[in-house]
Amino acid sequence: MTDMTTASPIAVPTARPRIRWNRVGDHAILIAGALFMLLPVLLTLTTSTFDNITIHRGGLQFAFGPDGFENYQKAMFEKGGFTKTVDGMRMMMNSLILGLGFAVGKIVISMMAAYAIVYFRFRFGTIAFWIIFTTLLLPLEVRILPSYEVVQNLGLLNTYTGLIVPLIASATGTFYFRQFFKSVPEELLEAARIDGAGPVNFFINILVPLSQTMIAAIFIIMFVYGWNQYLWPTLMTTDESMFTLVRGIKQIMQVWIGANIPDYGVAMALAIIAMTPPVLIVILFQSWFVKGLVESDK
Amino acid sequence: MKRAQFSRPLFPYLLLVPQLSIIAVFFYWPAAEAIRGSFFLEDPFGFGSTFVGFDNYYDAVTGSEYLNTARFTLVFTALVAFFSLALALLLAVKADIVLRGAKTYRTLLMWVYAIAPPVAGLIGILLFDQSIGPITDLAGLFGYELKLGVNYWDTAFAMVLVSVWKQIPINFIFFLAGLQSIPRPVREAAMIDNPSGLSRFFTITFPLLAPTGFFLLIINITYALFDTFGILDILFKGEPANNPITLVYKVFLDGFRGNDLGGSSAQSVILMVLVLVLTVFQFRFMERRVHYN
Repeated sequence: MTDMTTASPIAVPTARPRIRWNRVGDHAILIAGALFMLLPVLLTLTTSTFDNITIHRGGLQFAFGPDGFENYQKAMFEKGGFTKTVDGMRMMMNSLILGLGFAVGKIVISMMAAYAIVYFRFRFGTIAFWIIFTTLLLPLEVRILPSYEVVQNLGLLNTYTGLIVPLIASATGTFYFRQFFKSVPEELLEAARIDGAGPVNFFINILVPLSQTMIAAIFIIMFVYGWNQYLWPTLMTTDESMFTLVRGIKQIMQVWIGANIPDYGVAMALAIIAMTPPVLIVILFQSWFVKGLVESDK
Repeated sequence: MKRAQFSRPLFPYLLLVPQLSIIAVFFYWPAAEAIRGSFFLEDPFGFGSTFVGFDNYYDAVTGSEYLNTARFTLVFTALVAFFSLALALLLAVKADIVLRGAKTYRTLLMWVYAIAPPVAGLIGILLFDQSIGPITDLAGLFGYELKLGVNYWDTAFAMVLVSVWKQIPINFIFFLAGLQSIPRPVREAAMIDNPSGLSRFFTITFPLLAPTGFFLLIINITYALFDTFGILDILFKGEPANNPITLVYKVFLDGFRGNDLGGSSAQSVILMVLVLVLTVFQFRFMERRVHYN
């Protein structure tokens, strides 16, 4: 904190006659903001390395402790829940399947639909456009109960299909790709047609390679969105072996109720495990992610 | 639409089949079911249902519980949207000015975007825990006994705090992008005309950011209404009891716990109309923005 804001003016007092208090204030605000975002998670991380008795007696811990390995091993490999069938590994696998399945499915399906809408002239084109874009209006949360009933009628409860496919039923991806395809220069299609490229050829050899950055950005956004789903998996999965990590958080809370000393350490370890993959992806691919988010405008 | 297009009779339909069939089964069918169900009184034991017209709507809207929930949702949404937008704007303005460490600040202020709402809720519950929570301890220092999950207002405070924390990053990203897209000549001219930082912000920067702000306002309203479900559900450990809840949470409670299918459907439809109005508003505004750019 100090070396960023105050050290440099003090180190060269003659070169810079006055301390720029404005800048110091700016940095102070930014540092306070960064700490506000960081501290809660940091405390969770450090406290997750202590045993329950210590946490119960001493509260949240500000330094790393000796029991990290044990807590994380328990969170990852000990079978928990009511039926003792699910461990952290299994939930992580389910989260991965949900995140990847959702992101890939959504990208493939919405690219195809956007391609049809932008590049083809056909009857019902406008109607198809409106049918698809009406879905932007209503999030899954407002139609959870009937959606649940539909999935139940189809016998898809506790299946990956039932988990992933209903989440894909929204046009956000199609909307992104439509915007992007519209910005692709028209000359490309004309040139490709002169060279004799058909629609499949044009799509695979020209449009997909052109969209690479866009695909990467949408992939990150959708993966994080899928991984972080809570309400839908909570309703859909009663079989514990289908739980995702985020769904598993609720399970841990329910075990807390009535416990003398709740399993703080393992709960925090699970929270850290559940947030690590999406956080890493967002930080590592920051520029793509920000670009995708800002340019697609939702 | 493109001027140059393919004209194949069948191919575009093939491309559209996956999207359209998913939407038909998992969007239009449930939406239609919700509307249909909202006009019926369903027997909780599954012995058929009776048509009751607008009774479900009438019961929902006139129930004191519903009105309380609606009032709370309104206040909650306003608080979450206001604080997360204001804090994010302040941070974005500062992050746009500083040169040293700009990238680090950007990362530190946006990464929380990736944390799932229920995970944020779990962290919140730890911070507000009766025996180990530092925020509870802090309140204790001032002689206030904070009781998350027991005291209505304490729970409401925790809900707002966690929801704001979780929403700052996305607002920050959009505000910063908006600020950085203000052309350099405009900034320099503003600098010369108006050297005072605060009044420059309100006369130049703020109006130029208004489109971003409006877009974000809608996003934040939608967030507070729907995406906070996970935060709430974890914060009161799945047992809302006397704690404040939002409208979406009530749809879930009445439908899945209370088995009041008709009432829950009617509430769903009311929410649908609300979102519809918001989105139409947003679309019209976005179109206008595109025009004048």
